[in-house]
Amino acid sequence: MATKVKLEQDETFSRGKLIRVRFFRNKLAVFGLFGLAMLFFLAFVAPHLDKFKWDQLDFDNMLSPPSLSNGHWFGTSQIGGDTFALTMRGLQKSLIIGLLVAFFSTGLAAIVGASAGYLAGRTDRALMWVIDLLLVLPSFLLIAVLSPLYRGKTWLVFVVLLAAFGWMITARIVRGISMSLRERDFVRAAIYMGVPTRLIIFRHILPNISSLLIIDATLNVGGAILSETGLSYLGFGVQPPDVSLGSLIAEGTNDAMAYPWLFLFAGMILILTVLCVSFIGDGLRDAFDPGATGGQAK
Amino acid sequence: MLQFVIKRLANFFLMVIIAGTLGFFLASTALHPRSNYDGRQPPIPVTTIDNKLDGLNMNDKTPIPIRYQHWVGGLLKGDFGTTMDETRVNHEISTRIWVSLRLLLVGSILGSVIGVLVGVRSAVRQYKFFDRFHGISAFIILSTPVFLIAILIKFGAIWINTKIGHTLFYTIGEYSPGLEEAKSSALFLNRIQHFLLPTLSITLGGVAFYSRYQRNTMLDVLASDHLRTARAKGLTKRQALFKHGLRVAILPMSTLFAYSFGLLITGAAFTETIFGWNGMGRWFILAVHQNDINSVSAVVVFSAVLVLLSGLLADITVAALDPRVRLR
Amino acid sequence: MTLSHTDALIQIRDLSVTFPSESGSVEAVRNVSLDIRAGEVLGIVGESGSGKSVTSLATIGLLPDSARVSGEVLYNGKNLLKLTDEEMSQYRGSDIAMIFQDPLSALNPVQTIGHQIAEALLIHQNISKSAADKKVVELLDVVGIPKPQERARSYPHEFSGGMRQRVMIALAIANEPKVLLADEPTTALDVTVQAQVLDALKHARDITGAAIVLVTHDMGVVAGLADRIAIMYAGKIVEQGPVNEVFAQPAMPYTIGLLHSIPRVDAKAGSRLASIPGSPASPVDLPQGCAFAPRCPAAQDICLSANPPLVQIVSSPDHAAACARVDQIQGLVASNKLFEEGPAHSPTKNESAVNVLELKDLKKTFPLMKGAIMRRRIGSVFAVDGVSLTLKQGQSLALVGESGCGKTTTLIEILNLVAPESGSITVLGKNAATISKKERLALRKDLQIVFQDPFASLDARLPIGEAICEPLKTFGYSKTDQRARLSELLLLVGLNPMHANRFPSEFSGGQRQRIAIARALALNPKLLVLDEPVSALDVSVRAGVLNLLAELQEKLSLSYLFVSHDLAVVQHIADQVAVMYLGSIVETGPVAEVFKDPQHPYTQALLSAVPIPDPIIERGRSRIVLQGEIPSPANPPSGCRFHNRCQIRMILPKDQQDRCSTERPVMKKSTHGEVACHFPIGAK
Repeated sequence: MATKVKLEQDETFSRGKLIRVRFFRNKLAVFGLFGLAMLFFLAFVAPHLDKFKWDQLDFDNMLSPPSLSNGHWFGTSQIGGDTFALTMRGLQKSLIIGLLVAFFSTGLAAIVGASAGYLAGRTDRALMWVIDLLLVLPSFLLIAVLSPLYRGKTWLVFVVLLAAFGWMITARIVRGISMSLRERDFVRAAIYMGVPTRLIIFRHILPNISSLLIIDATLNVGGAILSETGLSYLGFGVQPPDVSLGSLIAEGTNDAMAYPWLFLFAGMILILTVLCVSFIGDGLRDAFDPGATGGQAK
Repeated sequence: MLQFVIKRLANFFLMVIIAGTLGFFLASTALHPRSNYDGRQPPIPVTTIDNKLDGLNMNDKTPIPIRYQHWVGGLLKGDFGTTMDETRVNHEISTRIWVSLRLLLVGSILGSVIGVLVGVRSAVRQYKFFDRFHGISAFIILSTPVFLIAILIKFGAIWINTKIGHTLFYTIGEYSPGLEEAKSSALFLNRIQHFLLPTLSITLGGVAFYSRYQRNTMLDVLASDHLRTARAKGLTKRQALFKHGLRVAILPMSTLFAYSFGLLITGAAFTETIFGWNGMGRWFILAVHQNDINSVSAVVVFSAVLVLLSGLLADITVAALDPRVRLR
Repeated sequence: MTLSHTDALIQIRDLSVTFPSESGSVEAVRNVSLDIRAGEVLGIVGESGSGKSVTSLATIGLLPDSARVSGEVLYNGKNLLKLTDEEMSQYRGSDIAMIFQDPLSALNPVQTIGHQIAEALLIHQNISKSAADKKVVELLDVVGIPKPQERARSYPHEFSGGMRQRVMIALAIANEPKVLLADEPTTALDVTVQAQVLDALKHARDITGAAIVLVTHDMGVVAGLADRIAIMYAGKIVEQGPVNEVFAQPAMPYTIGLLHSIPRVDAKAGSRLASIPGSPASPVDLPQGCAFAPRCPAAQDICLSANPPLVQIVSSPDHAAACARVDQIQGLVASNKLFEEGPAHSPTKNESAVNVLELKDLKKTFPLMKGAIMRRRIGSVFAVDGVSLTLKQGQSLALVGESGCGKTTTLIEILNLVAPESGSITVLGKNAATISKKERLALRKDLQIVFQDPFASLDARLPIGEAICEPLKTFGYSKTDQRARLSELLLLVGLNPMHANRFPSEFSGGQRQRIAIARALALNPKLLVLDEPVSALDVSVRAGVLNLLAELQEKLSLSYLFVSHDLAVVQHIADQVAVMYLGSIVETGPVAEVFKDPQHPYTQALLSAVPIPDPIIERGRSRIVLQGEIPSPANPPSGCRFHNRCQIRMILPKDQQDRCSTERPVMKKSTHGEVACHFPIGAK
């Protein structure tokens, strides 16, 4: 009898714990998590430890290669800007933009997708048409066209634009899942019990797509950073005097053969950031839904 | 059936019209062609600028709806207007489209074919070295922005060139200037030397993207019941995989391929800019910087048409390959 | 220990299969030894997770790569488990063939079935492509596929479930195998189609002389077909022997419980169902002793400490059981001391004049869409086409029929409580078409539902206590009232109120269904709609839920509307029955009478198709096997919907046959209810 009791207690360990166990078993995901933590530390704490500020020029050391002795760990630019401070500033911007865009676009996707899928009928058709239209529109080109509008203004406009064009695919997936949830017996049971629609969406639909939303939000951070740096590279994103990893790389590549430190550090940190985010996203997917991508226990 | 095709076509045109209209209005609001003439020495008289802008249908003193009418009027006659440099937009499109297509078609076909092969092998050898190696490589490539891949390839090639002391790879343009008159074989070789790097940069991304996707669909198929039936008939695992698994696993890939082709123009913008190819993507970047409303609107329309055509192509491919949706 | 026989084709010796999993290794098969004898039909019976399918997959060498296998599978003196994939593929499909449970996913969706069968021939036989194609047509003909020449060019999705399973049989017998493994071959099918497919399987056996291993959870199917049976529980064979002996004198308590807990369509009034306590053992963390001991009423200390081996029963050489108390068990059965039994079923209850539910000429059509890319409406599906029903208070009415007959649509129409497309729905005296929004909400209190699949009907993210309280919350009960009612409800359905904070994943199927029942009862409803409430459950826990439903009905004077395809369950729980075919009701009446003496030919055929878990009775019955398949409700036959498959019409004179095919019969009084037939059986 004693063994039976023990068995029951073992089984009661919660879903959250199981997900944590699965996530931390995934080496790449753990690498991603640590990597991202380090990058955040670098971006937001390290600049305070550096004696040069990102907008400060050191006229004694122009185009200095990386060196510990003069304090320019990543070297300096043509006009004496500290590459480390600039790169960290760019990383800050890219991380913040990535997080904000992912948050807003996933949120929008959840609302639109869940209402289209759950309410169905005419609402669904109208929303789906809008999604199709936005997918047809070359979003990258349109943001580029609009870039003169926020030149010299706040970069938050840029965030809004990136989010506005980045939610459609997630919304489609959310819609699909909401549609199938709607047909599930536990939702039908709630309907037949007289539970109001609003409560059904909040109590049953949204919690059941939460894992998908968490995964997608994570992966959208990576996508948003890629879009942001791409646009900034072409001069359509974060505008000078502010910097992003993309605009730093664009500036650094002019003399890249002679002075590779001008873009290489920014490039490597950019790759590392997106890589860490995708490892986390992938690890989350395997943890929430083992078997979906063949990611079961090895 | 006919009614359906009509409905579908109507929606197609509606989408293109909306995309074009939006493109034109956004470009007209955001871009300021007049600023191109700012700060010239000696200053150009305002009337001269007005005349010039009127000729281009880009004068900000004319209300946008009126300019839109003009633009649509031209479009109905198949005329996209004039660029800032006073060439015909139609002419630009007709030369640049082939430049882009040469690059994109070869790059994306190579990318998808190699990607499918790598994906299939990864799935079959799941968790073995090949799979893990390509898994990590694909992750790294997919985490690297397109422009950074192109830049790294470009500088890598320049480094190789200097090491061997001979220009093996060309990094700018489609062929070396002045070679137009050369022997066709020499020109061809020169073109290939120019072609390799930009194609490689498009192919790499494609391989990474498609191989991950193909690996997942292949794993699904590997676990499917009908593959087990094929083995129960007496096929070995390998035979079952190639005779039954592959076609089913490639089905969703064909749709994905068609859809992503429509979005390639964005990637082309980077590759063309970095390797100095005068294609549609580079044109667009220049046009935005030059406040060239007509060119910008034309590229937006073109890209919307491309996406829609790709979607159509995807539907047709599925119908052709999958008897479950084939119309009888 | 093993009952070796000289004509054993395949000898399985000490087979064990384990799978790694997150919660520990799953011991799917434990030390199984079994002979498959030439030409016999061996039934392997067990519940989900008992290891029956894994045993058959191990025999043909198709276990997933992650499986760890030990022991031997001897065929022609060779241990098949030691062969490479290449070597084993020589045997697969030629000597040993397999039929899988779900024929839709088991066939390649993008190849014609002719191509797929021809491939099986070409792998093992040195024949030309055209000879193979000719053979394919012959094979399709053998398994009863009409117009085989034409159908060979069709794709799997163009066949119905029954036809697809015939294709699977044709595929399996293509190379005349010595052993045919059939893994739940009819589980996904309706009873009348099951009868057809089992017929095809028997025919295939007669032609090829192959031994058949029939893996199933259905005692009725093995009773009709098997020569010997092996009962599996938690990865072990717990009893094995000739089918008649095992059914007549089961020696292992699990077998005994199973046989007493299965509802039978031929049950007599006042029969009871034994219920086996607990839930099937989980194959992870199996107890050290007998796996069935925690559920066994006869378990003693010895059962908990040692795992009993399968031993021969003294009185009969071919019969073995794995039970430490095998010698005393017969005595316990005789004195009725083994399993607790539920309430006796008494179909005739006090007649009440109050109607809780009344349907009049209910109709519902769906648009028929075609094409995946180019969707367009090409017609209508007449899902419910004129259904009239009355359910009296305190009674239970069963709506029975095969899949696609419209029973579920009828149920959804009732639950929606809105004006139907045509006809009327009256619940507790209130017409659904005319009630206000407020009245509709109030009415929901009295009308609750229990769904088929308790895994789908409970939100995995809500603790069960919250799930049960959801209706209470909706109707504004206070927190304290909710808590009090919650404990009351959990006790009522036989669960521990302390477990209210647990999540559904911590409960077994039977327990979850009890939770779903508790939720449905929360608001003290008057009418409970039960949509196949036990068909998703394991056989050994069904009786427990059925007994609970019967007790609750008596205690709370509930009315049940019971929807089912399982006539045996209906026989046990319902008072009145309504038989549906293609959207309309063909016969109604008291269950006992209708089942004893069906008036409509379809009812008769349906009852005859239900296998009875008793080999003597089952083999003595003459079965009506219907011709053809259920027509599409998008294009129903003229006149009587059943006329083109009717076994009675075939023997009628020409003018009467014409009447069936032109004039649609209406419901009229029959011997014990109503029937929609021009020539009902009893009238002759």
